[in-house]
Amino acid sequence: MSDRQYRHVGQSPKRIEAQEKVTGRATYTFDMELPGMLHAKCLHSPYAHAEIVAIDTSAAKALPGVKAVLTGEDIPYLLGLYMIDKRVLARGKVRYQGEAVVAVAAVDEETAEKALSLIKVEYKELPAVLTIDEALEGKILVHEDINELEYIKGVFFPQPDSNIASWNKTIKGDIKQGFAEADLIVENELSLPPVGHAPMETHVAIAQADPYSKQIKIWSSTQSPFGVRQLLAKALGVSKGDIQVIAPYVGGGFGGKAGIHLEPLATVLSRVCKGRPVKVTATREEEFNQLPSRAAMRGRVKTGVKKDGTITAVEIYYDWDSGAYADYGVNVGRAATYSGAGPYEIPNIELHSRTLYTNKVFSTAYRGFGHLETHWIIERQMDMVARALGMDPYEFRMKNILRDGSVTISGEHINAYSGRPDKCLEAVAKEIGWTGYRSPEERQAAFKTGKVRGKGLASLQKAPAMPTNTSTAAIMQMDEDGNVRLMVGGVDMGQGSNTVMAQIAAEVLDMPLEKIKVVWENDTDRHPYDWSTVASKYTFMGGNAVKRCAQNLLKQMKELAAQILRCPVEELAYGEESIYHVQHSKKKRIAYKDLAMGYSYENGNSIGGPLVAHGVYIAEGLTYLNPDTGQGLPALDWTFGAHGVELEVDIETGEVEIIKIASAFDVGQAINRKLVEGQIIGGVLQGIGSALIEGFKFSPDGRLLNPSFTDNKIPTAKDIPAKIVPIIVEYPQLDGPFGARGIGEHPMISVPSVIANALYDALGIDFYELPMSPEKIALAIKKNGIQ
Amino acid sequence: MDKIKIQFVLNGETRQVEVEPDLLLIDLLRERLGLTGTKVGCGEGDCGACTVLLNGKNVNSCLLLAARVNGCEVVTVEGLGSYDKLHPLQEAFIAEGAVQCGFCTPGMLLSAKSLLDVNARPTREEIARHIAGNLCRCTGYTKIINAIEKVACADRHCACSREAEEGR
Repeated sequence: MSDRQYRHVGQSPKRIEAQEKVTGRATYTFDMELPGMLHAKCLHSPYAHAEIVAIDTSAAKALPGVKAVLTGEDIPYLLGLYMIDKRVLARGKVRYQGEAVVAVAAVDEETAEKALSLIKVEYKELPAVLTIDEALEGKILVHEDINELEYIKGVFFPQPDSNIASWNKTIKGDIKQGFAEADLIVENELSLPPVGHAPMETHVAIAQADPYSKQIKIWSSTQSPFGVRQLLAKALGVSKGDIQVIAPYVGGGFGGKAGIHLEPLATVLSRVCKGRPVKVTATREEEFNQLPSRAAMRGRVKTGVKKDGTITAVEIYYDWDSGAYADYGVNVGRAATYSGAGPYEIPNIELHSRTLYTNKVFSTAYRGFGHLETHWIIERQMDMVARALGMDPYEFRMKNILRDGSVTISGEHINAYSGRPDKCLEAVAKEIGWTGYRSPEERQAAFKTGKVRGKGLASLQKAPAMPTNTSTAAIMQMDEDGNVRLMVGGVDMGQGSNTVMAQIAAEVLDMPLEKIKVVWENDTDRHPYDWSTVASKYTFMGGNAVKRCAQNLLKQMKELAAQILRCPVEELAYGEESIYHVQHSKKKRIAYKDLAMGYSYENGNSIGGPLVAHGVYIAEGLTYLNPDTGQGLPALDWTFGAHGVELEVDIETGEVEIIKIASAFDVGQAINRKLVEGQIIGGVLQGIGSALIEGFKFSPDGRLLNPSFTDNKIPTAKDIPAKIVPIIVEYPQLDGPFGARGIGEHPMISVPSVIANALYDALGIDFYELPMSPEKIALAIKKNGIQ
Repeated sequence: MDKIKIQFVLNGETRQVEVEPDLLLIDLLRERLGLTGTKVGCGEGDCGACTVLLNGKNVNSCLLLAARVNGCEVVTVEGLGSYDKLHPLQEAFIAEGAVQCGFCTPGMLLSAKSLLDVNARPTREEIARHIAGNLCRCTGYTKIINAIEKVACADRHCACSREAEEGR
């Protein structure tokens, strides 16, 4: 572990904006009210797939207080991140139940809602694509124009005349030979439903489109203001300079607020309303049913192993039931190709990942970016293969786990500084006292007590999924009193990135943390660029940019001080917010604040000028993946981890109580220990939600049946494990800031798998579908004749 | 619709307002009186983001008619601490790392207060049960419970405060 001593890094200062949040002073987009502001509401499709025959908006338009009524026919723009496939409002046909069809802007929400009730839409229902098999069959097409859609070539691979938005693959070695060498082949199929992000603040956007120019000003609950600017500029055909996007406090993101969502609708409405600001606030139902979710997925996996536990070959088909539009879904599918076989060395692999269009609410990035899903398949499979071999699943994982010298499935060479999945697994196994599966006899004896306990293990890995040229920047300015104002491109949506950036700045400058003021409310007109706050990449990338920025500020101060102290820069040191000569009297030290606006000599002569520094970071060394084989370097940094769990099942009710869950992650170097723990504890509970509680349910005709917290429960305080043990493993990454790696998404990955593995230990029953609800568990117990 | 004249005590100050019979308390607070510290997460009473205290009891202000608070005392997050001194719960939420995105925080604080005002020494299970109507998607609740427990145990050196320190 790290034995370096830092003043700020690795400590746990309180988050810098906490006071604003506990006093209610923090203003979210949801709280904003602008002069003359209008409110917009949407009418949604009641059908999963239907032709829009006619829309009559005349009565709505005539209602006093209504300022605009728009349909898809009024808005020519096409939007999309990777596949340009989505309209602001449905045009010609609707592709999922819940899709926005008509939008109304009115003086208040009530009037807008009343107007919606006056709109008549005539639909002609079409047969819908509602399952993975129907999508693959391709008899009905969700996008009949798939062959004409614009997309990023060479990265995504839509298949002609099909529902396959992208077919990405990894092909390494020779699986035929690998399976021929195997002593045992194990095949399984597992699946999981869509899950909603459920941020406490729903999506909100306010737009003000200047009627006299092309200028558009947007306030949004976004985690990617520069992404909104980029995508909106492209769709509208205007310059990026015409668009200003501001991100006030964001009430949770989890990936769902990346990309572009309600901003274009607010913009076109404001345009029609002659520049009055228009606010679109998603209701909780819209958050579930109009805005995107995490995709459903089916994984089919075949693993070949030798008797000693060495994996010889793996074949995987991941089929993503990704809904009506591609959004981030195709990139989730792509990430699965290089990361979807777990943190193991696999010499021969064929991994196919197909992102499918279906007539359901579309999918996007969700904390883990496909990794909770792929690890649900892989980490269950690892246990089932170990069992088939008669081997302890801990030993089986350790036998194949990535180590210094291993090669990943995309051909990346792992070295001593890539992180240690083995140490994470070792730590959690020790914490829960793993001694192997219990025997059938032990299990039988436990059944008699009515409550049975089980333990399980699971590993995980994730690297950021992002373009090879992803970049970020930071700017610092020093005030007259020596305080530093830091502006970064990343959005702090609750993960605490601004606190982490302040700590890094304070560490490099050797200053008190309170003297670093991070400028809140990211504004694309003022803040430096950042691609998007996603992928658990901000501590790494933003941290490096801030570190370089602070080093640049220090360099400027030293260069100025060298003139004043009449010595070479190399002979200067810094500390206690001042610059001094390493040998000379410390009385001659020059305070940072005396350099801040330029230095003035006794006679009034002045040199230097206001201190302004910048630092940038661009992902280093990433390559495109070979389109046929998926080989290349997609990963900036891998964060490896593992969970160990002990749980108790009530035989009668099927209820699961988690006695203890230990979760270890090799974060390289924790910058803020308390924030890392916060990510682990919060992520683990979100993972428990996916494992035991959450999941969309659809009617046979494709209607979402549970778009509310009443029917789509998320974990409450009563659902927390009796004990969560966050374990911070620190084997530094050489190019991470102070050795740090990302942690935001990882804690929820593999939580469903570890729980299912422990359920097997407890019950001797394998679960293949999520969520593992009490009724599902109780029914399985009954079916297996356990009493 | 005829408006109803109501009088109530809001954060210690007597207020007189005229409200429509169907106006919700949350809309009175946020839209008419400008107190946006109280949030809305669902508008259906499922998430607790709109929690305020009504005569000391935690209620969902999104389900309550404003007219109903006539003659009552209402406390929102803006009335929890004072400018020179935060409420101990606010201090504890900061110190324990119980805040992430912050959107559930105002409601969570008021639910916590309503518990501690009637039960100065709740168990962790009692705290969990009491705040179960306040959803939080970020924190996993553990540090929130630690913070509430810390305030409950502030004057004592009991076992649970030590456990909270250890990050249970």
